[in-house]
Amino acid sequence: MSQPFAKLPAWADYGLLPLINLIVAFLVAGLVVLLVGESPIDAAVLMVKGAFGSGDGVGYTLYYATNFIFTGLCVAVAFHCGLFNIGGEGQAYIGGLGVSLVGLWLGNFLPWWLTFPLAILASALVGALWALIPAWLQAKRGSHVVITTIMFNFIAASIMVYVLVGVLKPAGSQAPETRVFAEGGQLPGLGWLLELVGLSMRSAPLNVSFLLALVAAFLVWVLIWRTKLGYEIRTMGFSPKAARYAGISELRIIIITMMISGALAGMMALNPIMGAQHRMQLDFVAGAGFVGIAVALMGRSHPAGIVLAAILFGMLYQGGAEIAFDMPNISRDMIVIIQGLVILFAGALEHMFRPSLQRIFYRLGRAKNRTAAAVIAGGNQ
Amino acid sequence: MDSFTTVLQLFDSTIRLSAPLLLACLAGLYSERAGIFDIGLEGKMLAGAFAAGAVATWFGSAYLALLAAVLVSVALGLVHGFASITHRGNQIVSGVAINFIAAGTTVILGQAWFSQGGRTPSLPNAARFNPINLPGTEAMRGLPIVGPLYYELISGHSVLVYLAFLLVPFTWWVLYRTRFGLRLRAVGENPAAVDTAGISVPWLRYRAVICCGVLCGIAGAYLATAQGAGFVKDMTAGKGYIALAALIFAKWRPVQAMFACLLFGFLDAVGIRMQGHPLPLIGEVPVQFMQALPYILTVVLLAGFIGKAIPPKAGGVAYVKER
Repeated sequence: MSQPFAKLPAWADYGLLPLINLIVAFLVAGLVVLLVGESPIDAAVLMVKGAFGSGDGVGYTLYYATNFIFTGLCVAVAFHCGLFNIGGEGQAYIGGLGVSLVGLWLGNFLPWWLTFPLAILASALVGALWALIPAWLQAKRGSHVVITTIMFNFIAASIMVYVLVGVLKPAGSQAPETRVFAEGGQLPGLGWLLELVGLSMRSAPLNVSFLLALVAAFLVWVLIWRTKLGYEIRTMGFSPKAARYAGISELRIIIITMMISGALAGMMALNPIMGAQHRMQLDFVAGAGFVGIAVALMGRSHPAGIVLAAILFGMLYQGGAEIAFDMPNISRDMIVIIQGLVILFAGALEHMFRPSLQRIFYRLGRAKNRTAAAVIAGGNQ
Repeated sequence: MDSFTTVLQLFDSTIRLSAPLLLACLAGLYSERAGIFDIGLEGKMLAGAFAAGAVATWFGSAYLALLAAVLVSVALGLVHGFASITHRGNQIVSGVAINFIAAGTTVILGQAWFSQGGRTPSLPNAARFNPINLPGTEAMRGLPIVGPLYYELISGHSVLVYLAFLLVPFTWWVLYRTRFGLRLRAVGENPAAVDTAGISVPWLRYRAVICCGVLCGIAGAYLATAQGAGFVKDMTAGKGYIALAALIFAKWRPVQAMFACLLFGFLDAVGIRMQGHPLPLIGEVPVQFMQALPYILTVVLLAGFIGKAIPPKAGGVAYVKER
């Protein structure tokens, strides 16, 4: 216990350690593939091929990644404040209401570049309001945000089923979904972006929300590390006591942080609704809110890391769908396992390898010092 | 059918529906009273249900199925313990991870082993926990009120239901009348004091996590081999979270936990029964509202409008021995 540990260099702390955790998570996932009777290596090859092998593959990968960037940022912003927002799923789901209202109503007579900003505002607002109640309860009444956001996920799911089945479903239709939006409620695709690098995209739903996600990631970086508010958020996350002594209002910071977090989750709804399906369907979030937890943990709550982790999970989603054709025993639920393992190893067990790694670096450092000392001693003789 | 029988049947299904909640809720009670928050009740129950369904299919024995469910659930509990006790990881993150691992693994393995879209084959009655008739049911059936009450409500459940309700006084006794219970409560409130007394905090917490795993396993086995006839994809459907809500509702006390679970079970039973039946004053209540009601109630309770729920003091905090 009391053995001195070397402080890890930054590249090991932010690069090597997450990489080790990730590799272990994938090794365990490989065991599950073996258990199912398939070859993990073949599965990995198929997955990478499916995700990056064609223009459409890349398009789908980035389309899924768009969802995960939003939800990953949502979880990360809350993490910086020491809050665990499990409610991204519900906030994104409810955020769909804002997108659909704009799409159904304004989409009829406005062009997309006018509906888009309005839909961004509407989805962010609805998502933020859905996060406001748990935030207020945490800040004012001390009820744990983890429990309340879980409860709010279920409440959101019930409300959305009610709304889609009872209110927004067009008369005479059986499927629980809205009507298809008019032209103005549909976002343009990003085929030209892929053509720049020589890929052609035919059916993949990659759209301008991807660019919005990148902008959001940059803005979150600015907010967290370059503004006064971000400094206050991080102070609160690091030590609520210190924040209180510094005169930072706990109530204000918790509510603002959770609302930003909810707004980011709400904006995720733009991508599948206005970008891909041009209508709101039942359960369109499809677990992306929860993937955000894994993405944020893997990306170390840094926007750059989150974008990379989101693309990795986008690859898993797209590649996983492709694998299912060749290996019928492996469905997309494999991703849920990988997601769980990443959360376990990169989140809950993130310190498992740290002591041994520190010991190795300590030994290395000592050995280097000794040779350096020997060289100096030898030079003096 | 007179209204008395209707009410009795409503209460009867209340008991059936609240039994798995109660088992999971008591499971959470052992763990959280020892200071280990457990979001992973849902996942452990699900994994237990799958293990029970698979083993019952292969061996045709309900008791072997129960054993398998308990073993799998305890194994997941130990993963949670390893992460949150030994490595002092975030308990909530670890619980979330376990839920995902269980949700994915059960479907993948179920599909690979049974090829029925993630479910296990339908079980024959011989491989299930069947309703047992308590002695004297037929003889007492003719009596007014007491007879139907005994016949409909108390008799005719599977052995796991009786086990669930017997575990309530047992848990109370363990928690408040045994040395283990005293230490369990202490380690959730002030682990340093327990440590000073020369008792191992990690070992005590590991035992709590194992108790939690055993009970979640029983709850899972109940779902797959008593209430249902086989495992179905995502068959817990949020019951683990409702159990967690019930635990908070009960303020981490066993007897109150039973009443909270009965309340949530009752809401569920009423919701099922009311589908398509409009109420006299309000009109037809949407099913979705009834489904959301337990969660809404929990949020209202958490907000402190129905008395304050104070969790165990050291809950969620890993214990660091040396300073």
